[in-house]
Amino acid sequence: MTDRRTTTAPGDAVALAKTDLQQVLDALRQAGYRTIGPRPSQGAIVFDDIERVEQLPIGMIDEQDGGRYRLRESDEAGWFDYVVGPHSLKNFLFPPRECVQELVQLDDGWECRTPPETGPPLAVIGVRGCDLHALAVQDRTFLEGPYVDPGYQARREKLFLVAVNCRRAAATCFCHSMQTGPAVRGGYDLALTELEDRFVVDIGTDRGAAVMDRVAWSECATEDLAQARALPADLERAMHARESEHGGPDEPRQRRMDPTGIRDLLLGNLEHPRWDDVAARCLGCTNCTMVCPTCFCSTVEEVADLSGEHVRRERAWASCFTEEHSYLASGVVRPTIRSQYRQWLTHKLASWIDQFGTSGCIGCGRCITWCPVGIDLTEEVAAIRGDAP
Amino acid sequence: MTNVSTNVAASASAQMIAAAPTVPANDPLRPHAARIVSIRPEVAGIATYELELDDPATRDLYRFRPGQFNMLYLPGIGEAAISISSDPGAPERLLHTVRAVGNVTQALARQRVNDRILLRGPFGSAWPVEDGLGCDVILAAGGLGLPPLRPAIHELMRNRGDFGRVLLLYGARKPADLLYTDEYETWRNAGIEIEVTVDLGDANWTGHIGVVPTLFDRVALDAGRTRLFTCGPEIMMRFVIYEALDRGVAAEHAFLSIERNMNCAVGFCGHCQLGPAFACKEGPVFTWRRMGPFVETEEF
Repeated sequence: MTDRRTTTAPGDAVALAKTDLQQVLDALRQAGYRTIGPRPSQGAIVFDDIERVEQLPIGMIDEQDGGRYRLRESDEAGWFDYVVGPHSLKNFLFPPRECVQELVQLDDGWECRTPPETGPPLAVIGVRGCDLHALAVQDRTFLEGPYVDPGYQARREKLFLVAVNCRRAAATCFCHSMQTGPAVRGGYDLALTELEDRFVVDIGTDRGAAVMDRVAWSECATEDLAQARALPADLERAMHARESEHGGPDEPRQRRMDPTGIRDLLLGNLEHPRWDDVAARCLGCTNCTMVCPTCFCSTVEEVADLSGEHVRRERAWASCFTEEHSYLASGVVRPTIRSQYRQWLTHKLASWIDQFGTSGCIGCGRCITWCPVGIDLTEEVAAIRGDAP
Repeated sequence: MTNVSTNVAASASAQMIAAAPTVPANDPLRPHAARIVSIRPEVAGIATYELELDDPATRDLYRFRPGQFNMLYLPGIGEAAISISSDPGAPERLLHTVRAVGNVTQALARQRVNDRILLRGPFGSAWPVEDGLGCDVILAAGGLGLPPLRPAIHELMRNRGDFGRVLLLYGARKPADLLYTDEYETWRNAGIEIEVTVDLGDANWTGHIGVVPTLFDRVALDAGRTRLFTCGPEIMMRFVIYEALDRGVAAEHAFLSIERNMNCAVGFCGHCQLGPAFACKEGPVFTWRRMGPFVETEEF
């Protein structure tokens, strides 16, 4: 018997038989985590509770294009070869509806309390490089300004992340343009790279190491490590290469976006005719803002019981594609789809940089896929750039 | 010169309300109970509510700067962003001059003295009164744009010797809509020049008629040393600023208070998005240099 290590540390990479991913799930659950992972549901891969690795979408891949998402069996039995579905970490850290204040009427006024975050810590399995960048973008909104959102902070601090290096890209993916993927680079507790019959597991944190200490990993062979490192690098090269390839007439366009000078490009073209063009296609359905992993708009609603003595202030996702969003007593600031789409795109790609020092777009392509009419922000930007002086 | 201005700044800063750690820093979505101490009807549909925070510790911590706002909250109905219209030197007495126009403000109008409401605040940026030391200051207000400027008037009066001329240009639709008319004499006696105009006169009106920007024809500016603070309907502020710029006031010395839909007041909810800023967090007070191009863009 060689002197096999018994513990791991951040920075280590070890090998794990695929089916032993179950041990990771078990260790997380024993440590008190609610384990969330990718599951097929109603024709899409969503994040939901998982207890068994058999619940993973093994052998399934997603085909994505503007306004199109289809799941199908893959020729290979990859465990994580789908890319991204409509859900993201946003659904869990910044839930679609959340009580932010509870009030009770007293004889001489109101008692109010901020509901404490009492849910179990979350462990999310299967997040991608783009998802981790989206998380960092949301952190800037809720944690890194002058005010901190207490609920988001509580959930974020307890969050355990098992990331996955992508082995394939959808036609809607453009992480290579936004430099957010496909390789996972930090921000995870554990990161998986899928080889034929095993995962290479990168340990990112002490918490990650503590979980791996309860799992039957093995030393990672040099050739396995080399293969694991090459996979996302090869994919990134392929994504750059595909830009110059012209697919057949039935092939989806492979997305890319040139972010050079994009802030000044968009804010310098606020009256560009393309805004009218896209307004004629956009339905104002808000799907893009719902699936976007960085969109953070919300509205607090008053929910009172029949007596009016108990009031909950519930924060629900909102969208800039509504008149209510910019309502003032003196009138709606952005009453047209043209002004609403312009708001969304210029915020996401341009003024986000002023506000948060980063783009609001992480190149995941969800807004393209889930737009019912297939509006593609990379095309809109290219159109504006093409005509820009 | 440097010494002089440094000394002026030092003497004035003792009198001015500095940016302080504020109540919302800890738990920004949590409202605080406040008692309605008095309600003063101003003009038709507008009243001033005097509020006192219930909790002594919160009251002691509460400081605000001129131009900042509170979120006034009526449980079950909602919140409204309302500028504080009182003297920053007396933060224990918070005045809000409110027009009953929406759900929340109409419900507020049904409250009585000693009723409890809640508030969060103070939020937002302030009129940079302290940056105008030694300068002439023009305050240009339209209608309900005067209450957000009144804290600056208090600040200027308290430090009157540290500024050049102080002018208030104020307009309303008609004479009966003019706010705070019983205070003009006090303000004049404290060295503030006041020019008032109405869009539409009545039988008793002998004053100026016309929109606020036309008042610039009545005052001689020393543009190089003028600071402009303006608050009112956006269209009014634009034309006020155009008049000031035409006379040589620098765009970075023209400040306006921009209204947008403020839902959370702390930059989480996105409703008050305004180009490169959130109106609640970096605003409502901005320079024209920064916001002019966006305010001038239709529906932005």
